[in-house]
Amino acid sequence: MSKTKFILGCFDDPDNMMQGIDNLQKNSIPIYDVYTPMPIHGIEDKMGVKDSRLGYAAFCFGCLGASVIFSILFYTLVLDWPLNVGGKPSFSIPNFVPFTFEWTILFTAFGMTITYFASTHLFPGRAPRVMDLRATDDRFIIAVDAKGNVPHEDITNLLKQAGAVEVKHNERKYVSYE
Amino acid sequence: MSHHHESIIREPLMTGKDITYAQITNDILLPVENKPNKAWWIGFTVSSLGALLWVVSISYTFWFGLGAWGLNKTVGWAWDITGFVWWVGIGHAGTLISAVLLIFRQNWRNSINRSAEAMTIFAVICAATYIVAHMGRPWLAYFTLPLPNQYGSLWVNWNSALMMDVFAISTYFSVSLLFWYTGLLPDIASIRDRATGLRRRIYSILSFGWTGSLKTWQRFETVSLILAGISTPLVLSVHTIVSFDFATSLEPGWHTTIFPPYFVAGAIFSGFAMVQTLLLVTRKVLGLENYITMFHIESMNKIIMLTGSIVGVAYITEFFIAWYSQVEYEQYAFINRATGPYWWAYWSMMSCNVISPQLFWSKKLRTSIKFSWFLSIIVNIGMWFERFVIIVTSLHRDYIPSSWAMFYPTWVDVSVFIGSIGLFFTMFLLFIRVLPSVAIAEVKLLLKTSSEQSKKKLIEEGHLDPVEVQYYKESLTKYDSIDMADYEKV
Repeated sequence: MSKTKFILGCFDDPDNMMQGIDNLQKNSIPIYDVYTPMPIHGIEDKMGVKDSRLGYAAFCFGCLGASVIFSILFYTLVLDWPLNVGGKPSFSIPNFVPFTFEWTILFTAFGMTITYFASTHLFPGRAPRVMDLRATDDRFIIAVDAKGNVPHEDITNLLKQAGAVEVKHNERKYVSYE
Repeated sequence: MSHHHESIIREPLMTGKDITYAQITNDILLPVENKPNKAWWIGFTVSSLGALLWVVSISYTFWFGLGAWGLNKTVGWAWDITGFVWWVGIGHAGTLISAVLLIFRQNWRNSINRSAEAMTIFAVICAATYIVAHMGRPWLAYFTLPLPNQYGSLWVNWNSALMMDVFAISTYFSVSLLFWYTGLLPDIASIRDRATGLRRRIYSILSFGWTGSLKTWQRFETVSLILAGISTPLVLSVHTIVSFDFATSLEPGWHTTIFPPYFVAGAIFSGFAMVQTLLLVTRKVLGLENYITMFHIESMNKIIMLTGSIVGVAYITEFFIAWYSQVEYEQYAFINRATGPYWWAYWSMMSCNVISPQLFWSKKLRTSIKFSWFLSIIVNIGMWFERFVIIVTSLHRDYIPSSWAMFYPTWVDVSVFIGSIGLFFTMFLLFIRVLPSVAIAEVKLLLKTSSEQSKKKLIEEGHLDPVEVQYYKESLTKYDSIDMADYEKV
């Protein structure tokens, strides 16, 4: 039994990497993940990744921010201590607009970004689970789980045919823990 | 195909021969991974001395109180608020580049957004120091927050534009910081994966464990787009609210509805000037000529020209409305600005902000690096004078002639201002040493579509309209980083 845990196809060109994905998919070989130094447009459709739902989260956080600050304004200006400014109504909505607007933005930005960090497991101090150190530099990596996907030689050939500059048979999943 | 070729008639956004993805990383990380050069040390020494001056003068202000400044009973607001508005305005260009240009899919933002956003953050920090300093007793800064006080629940004055400022500036700063840092994560990961030892540990913590996996990037792009979408109205709201500080008062010369758009245009104007001031030097010192090209410089100069013209129209509109309103006080405020004791400040503002940007109609001038840098300094000076004129000339001759006065800055006023410039440059110089000054991942996106080499390859393949190719070659002559000899045979 081979000790290989992951097969990595390393490409130096994103178009070749897309070809590599096609080659693997045509042969029904599941792809574990793809690591790239920059966003690759059109890859989500190919890999069948659904649209991100972070936009909905952003909207909800925006509504929350608006409600929170509007409530604070209403409580302080109207309920708790209505100020008499020349006999004008204390519930003066135009005055509430700048504050409500700012906190809508504030809650949207932070709520959405924190949701993003949580869903993608990003936080300060998290050990980077890197499969190939050049994936953040100049290599476009397709990772295939070696377990169950045999024979490994065929996978290597499919990646090579697409133009992989190197195919690695790694015995460890992550290289970044040493 | 993930990469579509761009039309040949568009100018390249990246120049240089045989550039690879690895070379982009190497070029941009050069200043981060190596010892700084002499130019950096000279700049850093001078700026830190400036920052030191700031520490001394701010400490002096806190120790002795606001009496250390040249304020008097008539001119109760002068250099502090001038400095505040100047710095906030400068910050606006960063958000404009990172957010507005992203929404409009202007790919030339990719190589300048990182340092422009950093500039935003440092400029807003400088602006915030003025707010805290002019409180006199900064340990009571929490009075601006809506907290119930010990005498009963008398809340903060929500009707005041200054209160709106607290919310606008704090939101602007924190959202800008978030946007900037989220964009930095992939680039910090690039540094991490090339570093060893302690450096690797530090950048590992800072990178939040970024790997560049498929879903990370997909969500990253959603987050960037939404952050850009909300930052755009945010940046407009910030300077609108800053202008409310004046526009909601009853002071002649301040009480005008034109202030919000006029301030926003002025902010973008001064911000782009500061981006030019910084980037023209940075590209030379860090050797980034292939990434921050003549196209970027010219585009920014065009924005300076446009916003400068908007500001000019606003100045003239103010004058017209003062006459048209037939309000004597309003009319006097403007005649006093142009011909009173502060005429020199007014005409400095007019010549720096209205006349000088018009020189950019000349293509020769707007593609000259030396002239662009010189003019960016002129615009910075002019925009400082604009705020000084608005603030001091409106106040110094109020409704009662017996209380008319002049404003004379003390050494503390001057030192706080010069010191804040030192503080700004110290932060910027530290930034370019420890973090990539150009967004590496975003620049890599340009390599196969908008780079000079990819376009040259297309020309060599020879399926293009020769007229368009000729047009393209002519547009290349302005670049200082392209050797036209390469195109003679092509």
